[in-house]
Amino acid sequence: MNWYGLKAIYFHEMDRMRRTLFQSIVSPIISTSLYFVVFGSAIGSRITEIDGVSYGSFIVPGMIMLTILTQSISNASFGIFFPKFTNTVYELLAAPLSSFEIILGFVGAAATKSLIIGCIIIGTANIFVDLHILHPFIMIFFLILTSVTFSLFGFMIGVWADNFEKLQLIPILIITPLVFLGGSFYSINMLPEFWQKVSLLNPVLYLVSGFRWSFYEIADVSIYTSLITILVFLFSCLGILIYSFAKGYKIKN
Amino acid sequence: MNQILKIENVTKKYNNNFKALDNLNLNILKGEIFALLGPNGAGKSTLINTVCGILNFNEGSIRVNDHDVIKEYRKTRSLIGIVPQELNLEAFETVWDNVNYSRGLYGKPPNYKHIESILRELSLWDKKESKLRELSGGMKRRVLIAKALSHEPKILFLDEPTASVDVELRKDMWKIIKRLKSKGVTIILTTHYIEEAEEIADRVGIINNGKIIIVDEKNRLIKKLGQKILKIELSTNILNIPEKLHSYNLKLNNEGTVITYIYDTKANKTGITTLLTELKNHNIQLKDISTEQSSLESIFLNLLKESEYELVRS
Repeated sequence: MNWYGLKAIYFHEMDRMRRTLFQSIVSPIISTSLYFVVFGSAIGSRITEIDGVSYGSFIVPGMIMLTILTQSISNASFGIFFPKFTNTVYELLAAPLSSFEIILGFVGAAATKSLIIGCIIIGTANIFVDLHILHPFIMIFFLILTSVTFSLFGFMIGVWADNFEKLQLIPILIITPLVFLGGSFYSINMLPEFWQKVSLLNPVLYLVSGFRWSFYEIADVSIYTSLITILVFLFSCLGILIYSFAKGYKIKN
Repeated sequence: MNQILKIENVTKKYNNNFKALDNLNLNILKGEIFALLGPNGAGKSTLINTVCGILNFNEGSIRVNDHDVIKEYRKTRSLIGIVPQELNLEAFETVWDNVNYSRGLYGKPPNYKHIESILRELSLWDKKESKLRELSGGMKRRVLIAKALSHEPKILFLDEPTASVDVELRKDMWKIIKRLKSKGVTIILTTHYIEEAEEIADRVGIINNGKIIIVDEKNRLIKKLGQKILKIELSTNILNIPEKLHSYNLKLNNEGTVITYIYDTKANKTGITTLLTELKNHNIQLKDISTEQSSLESIFLNLLKESEYELVRS
């Protein structure tokens, strides 16, 4: 294992966050506050409780997931796309690093950034609502798992994309709709039966549901289903990525 | 000298089926400066990139210090440093951070003294805190060399190291390359500039259409394949070359004072004696005679012409 190489990639990527520290911290605080103002206060005043939890508290897990997903994807996809775009990727490919080490370095840094942002959102949310986390370790576990999985997915997008448009395409066209329709701001029990069944096809629902369970023990689907779904997605992304690197897809050809 | 790089029957096809390397063979000796010459698109950069692991290749084998570049990539890559042709660098990082980052990628623990000595040697020490985007083209080139040397490689690939740099910097680069050689680093450089190969290389290889056309010691190549030019300065100018001398393909300068005759040094009869006799018979008075060895450039162009001709024939 090339530990120094792994460390170099990780800290090099983390350094990018340090350079844009203000933007990295302030932007999630502002967007979280806006969600609370718009969803929590405006809409929440008309919806009193969902499964015994106030609407303001109910949306916190979904809001964290929304940000974690989008941040993980954008950090990791940009992380590998940028060296490809500037042609500095040659250095990574010429170094004695395995595909796994390269992926681990980039994804590790992207996931760390998302986790930091996740913690900032929890802190901000705590100002607006009284947060009680019933299963803090499961909550942290879900947070880490989601950050890693979606950073892997973002890394895949970064490898695949050969222009800025493609880099934005999947997050805008697929991820954002899935997150909004995945029960981030509502329980699927509030939907008509047909749309409840359609929602079960949305993988993000399982994430949000599992994560919400760790907060309030309320969920749209079983916690185990949530866990299995996310693990399957994680290993699929990892497998595809290692295979792509080995074959040189979009990188070495 | 031992071989440090052995390339055997390597073929690289791009996705459009274009063969960038075609059954290519090449051996590089430990401690030498090897210049790879070739026109644009000949396969120079592709060859370097396949050895370094930046590109996959389809067939053949590449061994660095007797290790396979695919099966034992960690061993081979840690021996190699690469300076790419384009000045591609991160924009917002400092010189110091970026060079240390490169050392880390190669699995080496931090060694600030080593990085300092490289930066000093490349006249970059004063710029160590500068952001990379603030540097001039020449300075960026130096940073790329510093990055390639950060992990103390045994082989250094320089892809067009002096492309688009001014004469002064080019000469500086040559000095740096010679200094590295004296430290035992094997250097393989690609270049368009024949002058560069003539100045610094020990051996020269010529590549065209993904194939190595010839490899030899620089001086032997010039001597072996070289034509010589005989310059005959005349005491009084003449208007035309006498008709009887047309078979010699002589050239007369505009003033009518210098005749040039190109001859093959390898030929049994160079034709010099008979030419001089003929000139005497035509009452052409000679003032001075000198010879010049043809340059590597003219050899290069001749070989390329021959290889194109062979390609058309086949």
